[in-house]
Amino acid sequence: MKYTLNINGQSRTVDVAPDTPILWVLRDELDLVGTKYGCGIGQCGACTIHLNGVPTRACMTPVSTVGRMKVTTIEGLAAEADRLHPVQQAWSELDVAQCGYCQAGQIMTAAALLRDNPKPSDDDIDGAMAGNLCRCGTYMRIRAGIKRAVELNAGGKEATQ
Amino acid sequence: MSTTTLSTPVSRRDFIKLTGLAGGGLALAFYIRSGGEASAAERGSSDFTPNAFIRITPAGAITIISKQPEMGQGVKTSLPMIIAEQLEVPWEAVTIEQGDFDAKYGSQSAGGSNSTPNNYDNFHRLGATARTMLVEAAAQTWKVPASECRAVNATVVHSSGKSLSYGQLAAKAATLPVPAEGAVRLKDPADYRLLGKRFPQVDSRKLVTGQPLFGFDVKLPGMLYAAYEKCPAFGGKVVSANLDQIKRMPGVKDAFVLEGNGIVKELVPGVAIVGESTWAVISARRQLRVTWDEGKVAEQSWNSYVAEARQKAAGPGDKVLRKDGDIGRAFAGAAKVVEAEYLYPFISHASLEPQNTTAQFKDGVLEIWSPSQNPARNATAVSKLLNLPEEKIKIHLTRSGGGFGRRLSSDFAVEAAAIAHRVNGAPVKLAWSREDDLRHDHYRPGGIHFLKGAVDAQGRVTAWRNHFFTFGEGGSPGSGGSLSPDEFPGRWIPNYQAEQTMFETGWPMGPWRAPGSCVFSWVIHSFIDELAHAAGRDPLEIRLELLGSQDEKPGSGGPRSAAYNVARMRNVLKFAAEKAGWGRKKYPKGSGAGIGFHFSHKGYFAQIAEVTVTREGQLTVDRFISVGDVGAQIVNLSGAENQVEGSVVDGLGVLLMQELDIERGRVVQSNFHDYPLIRITEAPKKIETYFLKTDYPTTGLGEPAIPPVAPAICNAIFAATGKRIRQMPLTKTDLRWS
Ligand code: FES
Ligand code: FES
Repeated sequence: MKYTLNINGQSRTVDVAPDTPILWVLRDELDLVGTKYGCGIGQCGACTIHLNGVPTRACMTPVSTVGRMKVTTIEGLAAEADRLHPVQQAWSELDVAQCGYCQAGQIMTAAALLRDNPKPSDDDIDGAMAGNLCRCGTYMRIRAGIKRAVELNAGGKEATQ
Repeated sequence: MSTTTLSTPVSRRDFIKLTGLAGGGLALAFYIRSGGEASAAERGSSDFTPNAFIRITPAGAITIISKQPEMGQGVKTSLPMIIAEQLEVPWEAVTIEQGDFDAKYGSQSAGGSNSTPNNYDNFHRLGATARTMLVEAAAQTWKVPASECRAVNATVVHSSGKSLSYGQLAAKAATLPVPAEGAVRLKDPADYRLLGKRFPQVDSRKLVTGQPLFGFDVKLPGMLYAAYEKCPAFGGKVVSANLDQIKRMPGVKDAFVLEGNGIVKELVPGVAIVGESTWAVISARRQLRVTWDEGKVAEQSWNSYVAEARQKAAGPGDKVLRKDGDIGRAFAGAAKVVEAEYLYPFISHASLEPQNTTAQFKDGVLEIWSPSQNPARNATAVSKLLNLPEEKIKIHLTRSGGGFGRRLSSDFAVEAAAIAHRVNGAPVKLAWSREDDLRHDHYRPGGIHFLKGAVDAQGRVTAWRNHFFTFGEGGSPGSGGSLSPDEFPGRWIPNYQAEQTMFETGWPMGPWRAPGSCVFSWVIHSFIDELAHAAGRDPLEIRLELLGSQDEKPGSGGPRSAAYNVARMRNVLKFAAEKAGWGRKKYPKGSGAGIGFHFSHKGYFAQIAEVTVTREGQLTVDRFISVGDVGAQIVNLSGAENQVEGSVVDGLGVLLMQELDIERGRVVQSNFHDYPLIRITEAPKKIETYFLKTDYPTTGLGEPAIPPVAPAICNAIFAATGKRIRQMPLTKTDLRWS
């Protein structure tokens, strides 16, 4: 089946089976490999993307259900190419990652949290991030990274490098 | 969080003499020669490549090759920092390249927290040697003594003020001979610009923007995708499979059986499905029907081993690991005797990136892209299996989404190679599902310890017996299932006996982050706490007494024996106690502090946990203090702290919830819904990390911070609630109190 999708603001057409999770469409068909496979059953959050801005598990989302919804992946999170979203900037500054495999998913979840709740409490942060596993145990830095992103946002400082 | 300088009473030289620690890794001479292009000019290039790790072009581009596999432990950043420090180049100006698997780099195995100690001294010398040559090139150009020149910021400056950049000097430096070791001066650590400071990982930008880095991200033109189905019961063989039906499914290119080579860590029998996309392969696999010959391992279950161990506990072990003094007499004359059973299950590595490898067999050459911790082992295994000379095997190292020891095994790379060999031509990416990863891991072995300890009327620990039940194959325990005769408190307690009984299984086992130490420390330090309680003693005080006033405990020989620097341990322990306000701080009922320490992987760690347990049994780790001594220099402080914090979270996660049931020779759990990992909501509220700087060689941090985590937390739970945790995970114990 042919599907025309709205991926990171671009129109992309793919020819795949209707039950193909959007995760594999992104990775295999569109070469957007930032969205990761960790479990395939909605448990780890490594595959988190935004559908119309809502954090969504790409491994559980068949391509046939996506329609015209806006798909945002880690590659398209920053408003402009060559810039970083404040969450990406904060993650980079604080060296949040260890292996980094979970971090695209963490960043996508954190970005959605901050859009809806620009000044989250500690409990808000833990609550919002509870669906994203980090096997390396970077949770302390994830909390710090979100707080740093809050500062970057408040400063109105559009992140650069 | 903080680095503190502390001097220890045993000098570095004495320590090297005692432990032979200085000799890790390959001799410097190998590295200095290896891949060096002192005669680059003959080759027609004016790049300066004094060794396999450094390249400076006339245009001024500076590249450092990172040879070790990166799996999140940070070596792709920290090890090149050492070279850059000595080379005197600005960190921002350096490009770091991941080296392929190549003999010119020496060992490329990343395990045992050895990447740092095995390369540290050599990498300093590599950088310093190149810097010396660049200075010499400038001196010759200016016809001045080299002593009037110094290197700074990728430039050589003369005392007169004139300067030449490294790029300008590259062509000249490339013609110079490599200086003798004695002619190369290392920087004074007081002048370090990079080492000891915090730097984000060199792949940081790529990681936060989702650029391809991992094995799972490899994509090659014309690439096919593969899955490999193995028998759920370990050691089972394929009898038949509906291959014809599978081959007719949409997007499937081929399906076939591989026989296996009889080596669990290389290739076990199974069915390969090769197709045009990941989803085509996953969909076809759902229709796969295999008849297995499950073999005899399918008769083995964890619960029956536990029952058998309990029956045999009081009797003698099959093997005496250590026997000092006379425990029988000591128990008879003791003021108090304590007995306890400690049990921990098999667990999985569960790296977040499942195992995978891409391989291509073309024109007689097999090329591999693999997230491996040990590419040399892959080369040997593939060479033997496919009967290919090693020069026909090319291995590229990708970033690994977590390692923890799992990727020291070769199975996923060998499977991919065997499938690609059969496909012949197109590259094939073998991607394991989470279920494959959990059910075909090489597990951390479970174990059961039956302990008996005694204290005398003065409250001193006088006797210790451990009957340890472990698992193994072919007569020896699996990796992480061997208790060293020197394991603390062996060597310290006058009447000490450790015995072992081993169950033969066909369950695959492999090294799991701080093998052995990661569980023994829990057993030992929990039981010491039990003895302290029985004796009415303070848990810190009894430990300090046990360690004694001696500064050094020599190893008693044998392969697992190591000298133990008691002074270093006492220092981290006292420092942790001070930070925690041990003995001064009062906790309300339901809260408390616990302590643990451990020496492993050349590192000394003491840790203190402060916890709260609600009446309903809900545990919170309020504060966790780690104090480590890993020698003279922290390389990248950011990475170092990250390793320690990650170890604390990992140790807590294992304690809280990790458990596999093995029934009829197979793992019952299949994915994160029934094998949960720790989430952010369960992570400690606060982690503090301190490093004590000592005179000893710089060593690694991937492992030594994890062993004391579980005992510190369990001892704190006891202090808070009076409940002693003798079984992992915590879900087995009701923590409610009133
Ligand atoms: S891969 Fe989608 S939640 Fe784990
Ligand atoms: S950084 Fe490795 S899984 Fe999160």
